[in-house]
Order: sequence, then C-alpha cells, then structure tokens
Amino acid sequence: SNPFEVKVNRQKFDILGRKTKNDVGLPGVSRSKAIKKRNQTLLKEYKEREKTNVFKDKRFGEYNTKITPEEKMIRRFTLERQQNYGKKNIYNLNEDEELTHYGQSLAEIEKLNDIVDSDSDTEERGTLSAELTAAHFGGGGGLLRKKVSSEQQDEEEEKPKSRKELIEEMIAKSKQEKQERQTRRESALELTEKLDKDWKEIQTLIAHKTPKSERKDKEAEKPKPDEYDMIVRELGFEMKAKPSERLKTEEELAKEEQARLQKLEADRLRRMRGIDEEANKKRPSHMSADDLADGFILDKDDRRLLSYKDGKINIENEEEEEEEEGEEEEEEEGEEEDNENEEESQEESAGEDEEDDPADGHSDLESDLESEGEAAENKEEKKHKANENKSQNVEKLDPKREAAKSELPYTFAVPESYETFKSLLAGRTIEQQLTILERIQKCNHPSLAVGNKAKLEKLFGFLLEYIGELATLDLPELRTIDKLVLPLYNLCQMFPEAASDSIKFILRDAAHDLEEVIEVRGRATFPGLDTLIYLKIVSLLFPTSDFWHPVVTPAFVYMSQLLTKCRITTLQDVIKGLFICCLFLEYVSLSRRFVPELINFLLGVLHISLPKNQAQGYTVVHPFTPVGKNLELLLVCDQEDLKSWEKQNVPLSIVTRLNETSRTEINHTRLSCLALCFDLIKKCAVLYESLPSFHEIMHPVRILLTQHMPINEYPEKMQEWYHSALKELENKVKHYTPLICEKKKPVPLKQYTPKIVKVLEFGKKQAGSKKEQERKQLIQRHKRELKGAIREIRKDNQYLARMQLSEIMERDAARKRKVKELLGSLATQEGEWKAMKRKKWKN
Amino acid sequence: QLPPGLYKKVLVILHDSVLPYMNEPTLMMDFLTVAYGIGGAISLLALNGLFILIHQHNLEYPDFYKKLYSLLDPSIYHVKYRARFFHLTDLFLSSSHLPAYLVAAFIKRLARLALTAPPEALLMILPFICNLFRRHPACRVLVHRPGGPADMSEDPYVMEEKEPSESRALQSSLWEIQSLQNHYHPDVAKAAAVLNQSLSEMEDDISGLLELSASELFDREVKKKAVDVPLEFEQVRGLFGKKNDIFAEHFSLD
Repeated sequence: SNPFEVKVNRQKFDILGRKTKNDVGLPGVSRSKAIKKRNQTLLKEYKEREKTNVFKDKRFGEYNTKITPEEKMIRRFTLERQQNYGKKNIYNLNEDEELTHYGQSLAEIEKLNDIVDSDSDTEERGTLSAELTAAHFGGGGGLLRKKVSSEQQDEEEEKPKSRKELIEEMIAKSKQEKQERQTRRESALELTEKLDKDWKEIQTLIAHKTPKSERKDKEAEKPKPDEYDMIVRELGFEMKAKPSERLKTEEELAKEEQARLQKLEADRLRRMRGIDEEANKKRPSHMSADDLADGFILDKDDRRLLSYKDGKINIENEEEEEEEEGEEEEEEEGEEEDNENEEESQEESAGEDEEDDPADGHSDLESDLESEGEAAENKEEKKHKANENKSQNVEKLDPKREAAKSELPYTFAVPESYETFKSLLAGRTIEQQLTILERIQKCNHPSLAVGNKAKLEKLFGFLLEYIGELATLDLPELRTIDKLVLPLYNLCQMFPEAASDSIKFILRDAAHDLEEVIEVRGRATFPGLDTLIYLKIVSLLFPTSDFWHPVVTPAFVYMSQLLTKCRITTLQDVIKGLFICCLFLEYVSLSRRFVPELINFLLGVLHISLPKNQAQGYTVVHPFTPVGKNLELLLVCDQEDLKSWEKQNVPLSIVTRLNETSRTEINHTRLSCLALCFDLIKKCAVLYESLPSFHEIMHPVRILLTQHMPINEYPEKMQEWYHSALKELENKVKHYTPLICEKKKPVPLKQYTPKIVKVLEFGKKQAGSKKEQERKQLIQRHKRELKGAIREIRKDNQYLARMQLSEIMERDAARKRKVKELLGSLATQEGEWKAMKRKKWKN
Repeated sequence: QLPPGLYKKVLVILHDSVLPYMNEPTLMMDFLTVAYGIGGAISLLALNGLFILIHQHNLEYPDFYKKLYSLLDPSIYHVKYRARFFHLTDLFLSSSHLPAYLVAAFIKRLARLALTAPPEALLMILPFICNLFRRHPACRVLVHRPGGPADMSEDPYVMEEKEPSESRALQSSLWEIQSLQNHYHPDVAKAAAVLNQSLSEMEDDISGLLELSASELFDREVKKKAVDVPLEFEQVRGLFGKKNDIFAEHFSLD
C-alpha cells in the first residue's frame, strides 16, 4: 500500500523470538473503517432517536441470502396459498364453524323461527285448512278448483324444477341435516351430563362402601379358605416384587461384595498404619459406593420382624419376605392413617360396621391357624393388626380390644427424654423392643423431616444409657443387650459423629469417676459390668485397628488405666481384669500392636494362682505385689474340685452375684480363669511373635510357667491349656538384627547458578500460585477491556459531535442562503420600486 | 531403724524443708546412705537428699552410679515418685564426662524396663532416652550399627548383671524401642519412631512430661477433634458375634 499511509511503531530493542502484532499500523484505513461502521450503526440510531415507529420487513426470506430467488418465489406462493386455503369455506353451509348471536347458534334461531311461525300460523288461524274452506265456502266450484289444483300439482311435479327451486330444496336439505346433527350432539351431551351426575352421586357411596363390601367379601371367604384361594393370594403377593433390573447372579453379587470388602479392608489397613494421617486429612467415609445413604441397611439374616401366631409371637426367620414387608409396611402406614381419618369422621354413621371389627379380627385369627402359606399368613396378620390398631379409637371395651391395645402401634415419635424412652421399652419382649426401635428409625428417618436427625442422634444416647442400665441390674439382661446392639450399630452407621460423641462422653465420665476414686481412696476398683459392655460395644461399632481413632484411642487409654490402677482383691476383679485383657487382645487382633499392660496383668494373674513365697525369677508390677494380702486368689488346693473341674465359659453375671455360689463352683471358676489366662498368653504369643524383643517381653511369663507352676497338680485339661501356651512361647526362634538408622536425606549444597523459571508470557509477573496468577490475569484483562470501552465511547462522542456540528453548519448555511435570497429579492423589489418612482418622478 | 511409712514421710520433705536449715547437713550423710541402701521407694526418695549433699557439700559416694543402676527395676515406671526420680536421674546422667558404657547400660536397662511401662511413663522415657543419645553420641551405636553382624541369636546385653561395665550394653541394640514402635498408643509409637531417624541437635524438654498422668493422657485424647469418624464395616451379629471372638470362647452371656 501507499508508504505514506503506513505508520511504523519503532522498537526500542530488538528481542529475539518476540512476535509483535502492532509494529505496522494503517491509521487512515482503520479510521475510515471506524467511520463507516459508525455511519451504519451510530448514525442510524442518532437519526432515529425521536422516532418510535419502526418499519419491519416481514416478507418471507427477504434478507435470507441462502435461498435462491426462484425458490423464494415458490415458497412465497405456497405460503400465500396456504393462507387463503381456509378462507374459501366461509360461505359453505356444511362447514362446522357456527355463527352465533347472543350465544345461540344463528342457524338454530333461524330454524326455530321458521317452525314457530308455521306452527303459530296454523294454530292461530282458526284451524281452517284451505281444502275445508274451499269445500265449505267455495260451493260447487270447490271441487272443480280442487281438480284444477290437483292437475296443476301434477303439472308442477312433472315439469323439471327450476333453478331457484333446486337451490331452495338444497338449502332446506342441508338445514335439515344440520339440525339433525345438532340435536344428536345435544342429546349426547345431555346424556353424558346425566351420567356424570349419576356417577357423582354413586361415587360418594362407593368411596365409603367399597372397603366394607370388600371386607364383607373376605368375611364370606374366610370361614372356608380353600387351597385355590390361598394359591391365588400367594401368587398375587409374589407378583408384587417387580424386577427393576436384571437380577445379578450369585457370582456377581459375591464378586461385588468381595470388591467392597477389599476396598474397606484396604482403607482399614491404611488407617492402621497411620501413615497418611496428616497428608490425607479427608478420608473417605466408610460407606459402600452403592449405599444410597437412605438408612436402609440390607441385613443378611439377623433382622427379625415381628409376626404373630395365635396371639403369640411367632419367632421364625422370614428372610424371604423381609424386604417386601418393609416396603409394604410403610405403604400401609400411609393408607392406614388415611383410613383412620376417614373412619373417625364416619364413626357415628357406621357404628354397626365398627361392631363387626372384633369378629373380623377373630375370624382372621382362625384362618391364621389354618393357613400354611406364609405370604398369605403375613397379609392376614397385618390386616389383623391393622384392624386392631384402628379399633383402638373405639371406646367399647372388649377383651379383644384390650389385647389390641397391647399391640405395637406402627408409628412412634422419638422419645424426648430417657424416661419416656424407657417407659416405651418397659415390659416388652426383646423382639418387640427391636421392632419398636426399628419403627422409630423408619418413621423418623432424617429424609422425612428436618428435625429427625437430631432426634435420632439423641435416640442413640438413650439406647446406650438403656444398655448400661440393663447391665447394672442385679441379674444383667445380657441377652437383651446382645440383641440391642443391632439397632445401635445401625444408628451408629447413620450418625457416626453423634455416636462417637456420646460414647466418648460415657468414657469420659467413667475415667473421671476412676480418677476421683483414686484421689479420694488412693486406690481404684474395677468399674461395673456396664462399662465393660460399653468397651465391648466400642469394638463392635468402630474399627479398633486404626492408628488413631477418636473413640478407640481414649478407650485404649482408659483400659490401660484399669489394668494398671485397679486393685485386685476379689475373684470378680480377676474376672473383670481378664475381660479387659480379652478386650485388649480383640482391639489389637488386627493391628498387632503391643500392649505392655496386658502382659503385666496376665503375669500378675498367674502369680496369684501360685502358692505364697515362691522363689522369684520375675517381678510383677502394679497392681500386683510380690508379697502382701491379695495373693493366692486363684489358688485351688481342694483335690476334689481339681478333679471335677470341666472347662466352661465364665458367665458374665458372675461379676455381680458371686457370693451366692458354692465353694466348689468358686473353685471351678478359678480354674476356668486360669485356663482363660493360659489361652490369652498363647494368643499374645501368637500376636507378638514378630516383635523384635518378643523374648524379653515374654521372659517373666516363661520363667513363671516353667519354674513355678505346679502343673502336675492340675487336671489334665488344664495341663493341655498350659502346654499349648508354653509351646507357643518356646518354639520361637531368637533372632536379632542390629538396628540401623534410616539414612538422612543429604542436604543439598547452596548453588549459585541462576534460578531458571519457565516464562509463559512476556511482560507478565510469574510469581504467585496458579490461582493468584489467574486472578491477576483476570484483573488485567478487565482493565484492558475497560480502557478499550472508554476509548470507544470517547470516539463515539466525537463522531456524534462532528455529526451535530455538520448538521448545524448545514442548517446555518441554508439559512444564510435563504436570507441572502430574501435580501436579494427584496433588493430587486426595492430597485424596481425605485426605478418606478424615478420613472414617475421623471414623468 | 524407722518404720517404712515414717521413712517415706521424712524423706519426702527432707531435701527442701530440713537440709537447707541445718548447720551441718553432712550430719545427715549416714542416715541418707542407709536409706539409700534399703532399696525400693525409700532408696528413690533418699536419692534427692543425697544429691544435695553430693552437689553442695562435696560428699564422695563410691559406686554411686552402680547403686543408681541397681535401683532400676520394673516398678520405677509405676511408683508415685516417678517424676522426682527421673528428674534426678536426668541430672545425674547429664554430665558429658560419663563413660559411654555406663550411659549405654542405663539406656538399655531403661528401655528393657519400658517393655512393662504404662503409656504415660513411656511418653516420658522415650524423649529421655533421646536426650541421653544427644548428650552421649558414643552411645548411638545402640540405634545405629551399620557394620555389625547381620544376625544374632542372643541379645548381648545381660540384664541380671549388677555392674554396668559388665553388662555389655554397648554391643547390643535397642530392639525394645523397635518393639515400642508397635505400641497401641499412637503418641508412644510416634515417639519411639523418632529414634529411627537421626536425632536433631536440640534436646527435648521433658520437664512437662515428667508429671504426666494417665488421666491427663485420657483427657488429651478425648479432647482431640476428629474430622470424621471411621466406622466398623463388619455387620454386627450380637455382643460376642464377631469372627473368632475371644469372648465367645471364654465368656457366656448368662
């Protein structure tokens, strides 16, 4: 292009590798471009600034350049035809569209008028027909005329109809058709309306009556339920389980389960090593991938639902129906509530029906006895229960009703305080308690209402407290606790934080109690059975192998305190201590962590089973003493008792009621404890064999076992325990490898070469993290855009000012011109006038 | 010549309410030596008065370290006067002029006894041992023996030996600490793992750890805030329903 139009932006320094966009500029070209663009946009806008009317071109495809003109024309033509097509039929009488006047069809009005006219004509006009008048008044001529007229008629018939007649005929016909259609339609409408009305009347009746009628049907059936009915009902039940997905084969299920367990196990190992505790703070929660977190936990076979047989609880495993039942139960709950509401409103009106209810229930029971199909049975039972629940509202007292009141309701509110919780469970059997807890959980699932989460979290605390109370009874209800841990586990899975908090709270209380006792009395005693149970529950609810765990680690510390601080004065203490030893072993069974207190305690227990004043090759530590009072607690000298001893499991309740048992039994318990101790030592040996100082750890125990144990006096069974323990202790290879420190990472020397940083963009600051950089970039871009926008606006303003100026100039020029013209014309006028004057004056 | 209870009472207050006010503290010399020789808790308590005499009154006590060494038995980690004892032991072993074999014997013995110690004592003794290593770099062979024999069938250290010089502690390694790295308490395991790495130059301050009690330890654990609580994934089947439950073998629910 023209070198005079080019502006070169001179570079101060030549930098290799830098590409510049703006080294050459064409100011003239770009300015003209900008002006052109403004002419098209800004100027237009400016000129139309006070105009509101807009011209819109709606011609089809006018501005569409993609369509060829021919095609455009064709399309326009078709459009036109389409538009005109409907309008053709305006004058067609057969057309469906109706013209109306005051909401009435015009055609109808017309017709009615016609009919009315003709009718009124005939009726009002004295009821005399033409023939009659002719006959009466026409005289003889009447006949004649008649003849003529008949002839005329004939003629008329014969001669071809004129065009006008034809048209009239056509019109009449079409009108008739139209009327017919209309009447048909109206009648149909009327009929449907009537039907609707009737239906509505009936419907109310049906709504109330149907359940009753059904029930009556059932009644009729029930007395003689034959096989066919049962099969039908069974089939009906089976159909309810709809297959939603392809059922997985057992292999697949097993594989999935295995994969899930493997993942969980890997997780557990990771936590056990405690490596990434800091690195990976956010550990994945312990749930399976396909857990919907909806609180439905798929139990295998341990969830039992309540069912009744002949009024007694039917404790059978009903694995097959469990799931179905769960769903149905919820559905039924909803329905039932509805029914109840209805029934309340209906109570007075249907008093008779109500009286049938108990009988109804009774018949159900009878049929239950006979029925064998479980599905049918369940259904009946549920109906039975539902009925009885419903009849709770009714005041009439009946033995049946009384029984019904003791049945479990379906919905439970979460108890607000521990007292209400206790009263809810009081007097119920274990199964009933479980059912109550399950229902509470289901009715108050967190997804159903906002406050439910907090309520259920509280429930966990109540349940724990309840368990503790059961354990502190004189006769601890351990069987109940055994079952109650299931809902506890489920609740814990739902609310881990709350559960851990409440268990921590209990542990803290127990630890503080212990501390207080130590401060006041100088020595501590073992806590009650409830604390032991709590510690056991911890191991059920939480993974005990973790390197650190918010609940398990405090539990560890607490148990360690128990084993080191509590005095051993009675056999119960020994049993409790051994229980805690078992707990320790269970806690570390996976992680194989070393528990010094455990070994100490077992050594002490062995020590107190020896006669006094044995030569020592070992030292027992606190709480045991080498000399002093509480020795020989486990020593049994009675030969009879030694002989009659059989290894038996130590009942836990012995902790609270040992005094009542006989001497022989006490001796037997002692021996059982000793056997337990041997077994624990054996387990410890297996667990710790990998520790480098295994022999040093087990040294005192080994010495005691080999040198001081009067093993020959013990029965054979005991000797077996003893030898198996000793074998584990002795056949370990001694193996020591000198320790070597991990190599220190060499500290890198300081270097003086320049630090090389990757340059991503010139002129940009590279420092800061990626986020910071991004932020800076954004800020800069915003700045740039703002500047550009301001520049554009400024240019727009300049352009507009220019335009306004040119307008004004134009206007001024025009005015000047006009003024000049006027002045010119005036001057000529003046000139002419003066010339005239001069002429006149000359003349 | 006194009943043990009275002995203890006297010795507890002797060092700061009796000795400073005596004109001739050296008169207590015989009393303290006898008490030191009795053994057990009384020896531990006598140590304090003895220390003042040695330190301020130029008492020459033959075989002091041997006596101190023989005081170390499993009960030192369990007794009430643990804090006082270890405070003094720390002082006695702080001299850098002690022979390496002696310090090594002390380290080895303390470590061996630590195998029966409760966690609160372990949390104290592990930094204590670390400090000893820092003061006596010659003892580091106990944790770092690169050129030693690959395999040994016996621990060279002789636990029963009364004489520290005869205990062959320098030929041994601290396998006890390695075992403690598997301790159930996470803090203990971490403290034991420190000895795996080469130690930093600065000594740990153990004065705060000396008085650590079990209940403090518990409170510390309970107060820790957890981000989330891992749960047991094995479905519960009852109180004793776990796989291979030890309880099911030995206890019944009756």
